[in-house]
Amino acid sequence: MTDLPLVIELTILVLAAFLGFEVIAKVPTMLHTPLMSGANFIHGIVIVGAIIVLGTADDTFTKVVGFAALVLATANVVGGWFVTDRMLGMFKRRPEPARQKKDDE
Amino acid sequence: MISDPDVVGLLYLVTIACFVVSLKFLSSPRHARKGNWIGGAGMLLAIATTLLLEGLENWLWIVVGLVLGSVVGVIGARNVRMTAMPQMVAIFNGVGGGAAALVALSEWHNAADPLRDETVSIVLSALIGSISFAGSVVAFAKLQELISGRPIVFAGQNIVNIAVLAGAAVLGTAAVVGLEEQWVLYVLIGLALLFGVMFVLPIGGADMPVVISLLNAFTGLAASATGFVLDSTVLIVSGMLVGAAGTLLTLLMARAMNRSVTNVLFGAFGQVQVGAGVARTDDGRTVRATSPEDVAVQLSYARKVVVAPGYGMAVAQAQHDVRQLADVLEEKGIEVKYAIHPVAGRMPGHMNVLLAEANVPYTQLHEMDDINPDFPQTDVVLVIGANDVTNPAARSDPGSPIYGMPILDVDKAASIVVLKRSMSPGFAGIDNELYLDAKTTMLFGDAKDSVLKLISAVKSA
Repeated sequence: MTDLPLVIELTILVLAAFLGFEVIAKVPTMLHTPLMSGANFIHGIVIVGAIIVLGTADDTFTKVVGFAALVLATANVVGGWFVTDRMLGMFKRRPEPARQKKDDE
Repeated sequence: MISDPDVVGLLYLVTIACFVVSLKFLSSPRHARKGNWIGGAGMLLAIATTLLLEGLENWLWIVVGLVLGSVVGVIGARNVRMTAMPQMVAIFNGVGGGAAALVALSEWHNAADPLRDETVSIVLSALIGSISFAGSVVAFAKLQELISGRPIVFAGQNIVNIAVLAGAAVLGTAAVVGLEEQWVLYVLIGLALLFGVMFVLPIGGADMPVVISLLNAFTGLAASATGFVLDSTVLIVSGMLVGAAGTLLTLLMARAMNRSVTNVLFGAFGQVQVGAGVARTDDGRTVRATSPEDVAVQLSYARKVVVAPGYGMAVAQAQHDVRQLADVLEEKGIEVKYAIHPVAGRMPGHMNVLLAEANVPYTQLHEMDDINPDFPQTDVVLVIGANDVTNPAARSDPGSPIYGMPILDVDKAASIVVLKRSMSPGFAGIDNELYLDAKTTMLFGDAKDSVLKLISAVKSA
């Protein structure tokens, strides 16, 4: 990957922090649990690091450590995504149409 | 193979954009699921781009690792019950932190002569990632009740914790100023793991929303630090987004309990303050027990009913039956609303997920500030498995440990029915004056059981 100057990277970091606060402040309380699991999924991006470490490893130690990192990160990504999707699928405006309700809305 | 670094950078930029959009879509439950798909697409793009980078080897290891991790992830995610969601989030959070620490470890192993800022990033990533991993595992064990959910404390705990953390900090500093030995990072990781365990052990079950949010922030920051090690902007930005989310939620949760984050983390709540406010029971008032039939009559003649659920409802798995009860009442033309306290449950927004699972439309769920003005016009409030979040002492008794915590004003309703297993105090270990109120009746028993009895009683009433 391209080597960026440290100052540029720090600039990106700080701007990302502000962006994160702005975006997340708008998430309603109701969705805080899916938000946490969605955020969980996003930090699974560390999988990129795990793949690079494992893919460029040339001694057994690094291979083993990299492999462990990859398994953990993949579980994080896959599990985090599925759990979030499952939860968000439950949030409905009205209950299933199976029940006949007075059309009050 | 992608060899042009600009192309790689652009593809990762698309991933970043996807993540931001996915978080933005979470601002409404209508788009939220679509947002998660967009985030998923971004993640797939990042993984594909990384796999196509030039010079990667060890393909067998990579494929096996991806498959193994996916299997574990899918099985875990599919089988978890919604009541167990906090521990699920904790454990996925932990593995992310662990992965970040391991990446840092292998970079340390391989960097022949790392630059100073690279060492700083490696140390931070290993430190924060390990704390997050160990802390999350303990949080998981507590929530899963593998170990006691009550605070585990011993004398001098904070001093030991500080010593452990200081040891890790000294080692980290040594590494940065030039002690580039392998063992330095091993010991540092060991100390960080120890700190992670010790730091979560004294925190009680009811404070878990704060801890889980905080650990979430930690893992994000660890991922971000890993980004500095690998010069990867996608890691830096994504990690920081999570760091911001976790930090914000931590502050929100602490505010909802009217306590500072430090007090939650180091106060070992529920241990120190047991006994406060006990004298209040001695003024001649007694609690009044009631029967499902009586409550059914009360409910049938009400116009407006508010349900205030707490963790007790989740423990009893009563959310589906509560919805059924609400359905029965609505069929009789009674208005039913749900009052959700911000820290009800074991993680931020936990009650909302449980009720959503039971098919309660989210339009019926009302946050504390929305519903509080409604209580004076409410005929019956059903408090199901909630305690401290309804305790009027938080408003009136400056001596109470929860004084100042915003609560659901259920005591302003015309009558209150509390569904409770027994008279044992809530997590905070203090009596609830609400139970002595002349308008309050108690329906003792398992929440699920009581609600089922109520359903049949209301049907025949």
